[in-house]
Amino acid sequence: MQKSIRKYFALFALPGLVAFAVAFLIPMVMGIVLSFAKFSTVTDATFTGFDNYRKIFIDKEFITALWFTVRFTVVSVVSINLGAFALAMLLTRSIKGTNIFRTIFFMPNLIGGIVLGWIWQVIINGVLLPKGVTIVSDPKYGFWGLVVLMNWQNIGYMMVIYIAGIQNISHDLIEAAEIDGAGRWTLLKSVIIPSVMPSITICTFLTLTNGFKLFDQNLALTAGDPGKQTEMLALNIFNTFYGRTGFEGVGQAKAVLFTIIVAAIALTQLRLTRSKEVEA
Amino acid sequence: MIVDKNKKSTNFILFIVLIALAFIFLAPIFIVLMNSFKSKLFISSEPFTFPTTDTYSGGDNYISGAEKIKFFSAFGYSLFITVLSVLAISLVTSMLAWYVTRVKTKFTSFAYYLLVFSMIVPFQMVMFTMSKTANMLHLDNPIGIIVLYVGFGAGLGTFMFSGFIKSIPISLEEAAMIDGAGPVATFFRIVFPMLKATAITVAILNTMWVWNDYLLPYLTIGTEYKTIPVAIQYLRGGYGAVDMGAMMAMLVLAMVPIIIFYLSAQRYIIRGVVAGAVKG
Repeated sequence: MQKSIRKYFALFALPGLVAFAVAFLIPMVMGIVLSFAKFSTVTDATFTGFDNYRKIFIDKEFITALWFTVRFTVVSVVSINLGAFALAMLLTRSIKGTNIFRTIFFMPNLIGGIVLGWIWQVIINGVLLPKGVTIVSDPKYGFWGLVVLMNWQNIGYMMVIYIAGIQNISHDLIEAAEIDGAGRWTLLKSVIIPSVMPSITICTFLTLTNGFKLFDQNLALTAGDPGKQTEMLALNIFNTFYGRTGFEGVGQAKAVLFTIIVAAIALTQLRLTRSKEVEA
Repeated sequence: MIVDKNKKSTNFILFIVLIALAFIFLAPIFIVLMNSFKSKLFISSEPFTFPTTDTYSGGDNYISGAEKIKFFSAFGYSLFITVLSVLAISLVTSMLAWYVTRVKTKFTSFAYYLLVFSMIVPFQMVMFTMSKTANMLHLDNPIGIIVLYVGFGAGLGTFMFSGFIKSIPISLEEAAMIDGAGPVATFFRIVFPMLKATAITVAILNTMWVWNDYLLPYLTIGTEYKTIPVAIQYLRGGYGAVDMGAMMAMLVLAMVPIIIFYLSAQRYIIRGVVAGAVKG
């Protein structure tokens, strides 16, 4: 069978592989090569070794953006997952109207990042109005604004994943624990959380990588203001490429570094939480 | 039965809590809707009040906003690109997934790993080189961008279809081939119909992504053909103040199609998200 399928390589595999090569693979290889070069249009590249990587750190921009991104991601991963898990627990208790609540909580997730950013800009500016300031007056407003925005957008999504996990726990297991006299906390700690470990892995992975890669929401909510202090990594890279002439190579080097950071975090996290799954 | 009575009253309290939360979740959308009917000067000065006879501006914001950003042509481009990209991704990646799963060579397993790896690479890594490549290959138009979407969607699509194909017994396909069906007939008559549930999941996840995507269309076709997110961000303009009246109205128009899509296909969307997350 393999042999006869192989004859149809051009029909089955080629279209997908060509699109993948054009959109991702070739640009990826070019990107890695160009991170070691000075260029402005790809074709005028001259090799400069590690110069671009050194230039990443000539100003504090990248480090500021990295630090902002890390703080933002940690806070939002924790808050989104706690919020989503709590809602999932509430919505698996056979309370009236569960489906309607689930529908409402999930809805913000379908709204795109740009639209979300503008919605929250108006609301946060409205809340800050009595103080006579706006969201770009102080970086802490932008920070907490982004956290609230991400919670609003992602809690419902993670909630449906947790609900699926909780519903998979067998009733026998919970009954057995109750008969053994397990209180509510023991039940949560020793039965429910270990059983939903796979959901925790997925939700942590999704919130972690979404948080690190965040771009649209950042652009629409504050665009990095005041003075680049709320600029996250993705936006900083974008601005390095398109906002500073002569810095295309530095932008590309930042992008390579960013990719390595994201891949390292994602793989470490998967390994860590997956190992907990086995224990459970 | 004391426990049961307790449970009932707790559930009632939790029900009230959930209603309060549902209001909080819906409030941002409602605030935007309310403000879209106020004249722009009052949106920043009193964002949380109902329009009064002084502040009410009828449909003015909608008319001026839609004119400014050519909303209806943006809607057309968004719809065209989303529908065709999603169809193309579903078809192309299901074929590719079948090929790489059934044909076992070093090449196919290498291609598979590259595709999976592409899912965690941040867009900034390839953004610059990809837009140059797209430009050189004349993919910078509403038809060409579909090729790019297939390329970026290839990772997730192939991964999900391949996960399902591995679970179907190969004997079905072998039997069809022994009966004289070629690979094309085997795929389209036997395999593809079985992929329906996965195809719905892939289509839903990709619809949510392509419809809301900002950076890819902005970089490749943004100056000539604006999709909805690009058109909305365009309202920010250069340096002048943003016309918040037009902004609110356009945010409402941008959300209406998503909310209609969500409410009509809600069951599939939530199920698709769960299925996608569990496999991802």
